[in-house]
Amino acid sequence: MSDASMMFGRPEYHRSPGKTFGVVEKPLTFFERIYNNGAIRKTCLLLLLAAGWEAYARFLDDPLLLPTFSATVAAFIMEFSTGVLPMRVWGSLEVLLKGYAAGLFLAALLTAFASASRIGSDLLETLTAMFNPLPSIALLPLSLIWFGLGSMSIVFVLIHSVLWAVALNTHAGFQAVSPTLRMVGNNYGLSAFGYLTRILIPAAFPNILTGLKIGWAFAWRTLIAAELVFGVSSSSGGLGWFIYENKNFLEIPNVFAGLLTVILIGLFVENVIFQNIEKQTVRKWGLQVR
Amino acid sequence: MPEQARTQPILDVEGVTLQYKTVDRLVTATYRVSFEVHESDRYIILGPSGCGKSTLLKAVGGFISPTEGSIRLRENAVTRPGPDRMMVFQEFDQLLPWKTVKENVLFPLVATRALPRREAEERALHYIDKVNLTKFADSYPHTLSGGMKQRVAIARGMAVEPDILLMDEPFAALDALTRRKMQDELLQLWQDVKFTVLFVTHSIPEAILIGTRILLLSPHPGQVKAELNSDGTDRQRDNGKQLSEHIHHLLFEDEVEAHV
Repeated sequence: MSDASMMFGRPEYHRSPGKTFGVVEKPLTFFERIYNNGAIRKTCLLLLLAAGWEAYARFLDDPLLLPTFSATVAAFIMEFSTGVLPMRVWGSLEVLLKGYAAGLFLAALLTAFASASRIGSDLLETLTAMFNPLPSIALLPLSLIWFGLGSMSIVFVLIHSVLWAVALNTHAGFQAVSPTLRMVGNNYGLSAFGYLTRILIPAAFPNILTGLKIGWAFAWRTLIAAELVFGVSSSSGGLGWFIYENKNFLEIPNVFAGLLTVILIGLFVENVIFQNIEKQTVRKWGLQVR
Repeated sequence: MPEQARTQPILDVEGVTLQYKTVDRLVTATYRVSFEVHESDRYIILGPSGCGKSTLLKAVGGFISPTEGSIRLRENAVTRPGPDRMMVFQEFDQLLPWKTVKENVLFPLVATRALPRREAEERALHYIDKVNLTKFADSYPHTLSGGMKQRVAIARGMAVEPDILLMDEPFAALDALTRRKMQDELLQLWQDVKFTVLFVTHSIPEAILIGTRILLLSPHPGQVKAELNSDGTDRQRDNGKQLSEHIHHLLFEDEVEAHV
């Protein structure tokens, strides 16, 4: 027994780590790797939903109430190949993009003003509190009086649906930028514009992206609703008009094909466009985990 | 040290009183603080919490303006933040998360148009190498450990080659082992480059190890208590006390008296 172990009652010891382990690292199984792929998981869910639809529609056997999934797909392919559906989709998208872009531009102006001064911030908060709860479609009758029958009146309604959601989220994002990052930006002696575009916007990007997504969804549903109420927009109708028209002819599979198109475009924008933006920005930067 | 006395001070802080407002009161953080920092000093501001040392550093950085007194850097009054006084903060979130290590170090060089792109890149890589992070130049900050993030922040500050590097308790949020290592690395770096640094800390051993000159502040509000020299070791002073003991006594004598 050494002196140290006498003193502390327990002996000291040294070890060198052994060389034999069980499993340190092993590749995942094929199934585990497939399950880790979000796209495959989501596709499986979609297939399940489609199968459920098909089964229930066959059980119901009433094509006027609920056509089967296969009939809907057939109608979709048919309308698509004749060129009617692509034209309607384009008609809708054109108006949608105009409204979305104009809404974003105004939101940018409003938020810039709001982050520059306290009165601007008050203005934004008050306007948002007033107009955000107001359904855009409720403005359509007024918009028709002001701008007449044409795409302009729909664009106006779309701006209303996009502006508040985007401005509110962007503003909240700017306010959440950490004081340390702000000081870092100031330390570099950036101009006001450089500070906004190179520090504030990237730092607030998770919130801005949320705003863009909400704005997009609001714009989409407002557009379809407006087209349903209002029928023809300018020369060519959009998707909403396509749905309305086919309902009048009792072409129910076509109605479903129209709805399916709305869903497909929504899935595409969310899962391809926005997901890729997220992957390239906030997830790469570690601002959003998962 | 006669040689140091002859050099002009880089930073001249004279009678600075700093106040800030909270919701219901006006707080005086420091009261008529004066000191001078010379070329290649490792100047430490040391004091207990509440002595306004961080506020003082932010004032030198130009983030806060003094209510009284003046701060001059190479004869120019400090009025706002600028890249001639690069700041290293305590927080780990001071790096821009959307830029890699290299881009983070490069950004202030490019943003201030200090150098053309090629040279800026060379210099950024040079300082990244100095803090031993060459392997991680293309990593994003969220993949680094706390100590590595602080090293990037130091490299970023030094790459601009500012007149003075301001450090606000940069190692306070690190674990003890990493902190010790970072302190040695900072001294090593100083041996290479001989930059001027103004360093705020509340740790007496850190102040003695890192500083060449130590300013002691008393709390509520911060006032100058003493200005001491340090050679990096806890040496015995003329009065027989260790330096650390002496500092401890200076900082806390009021409290002891109050208790008696």
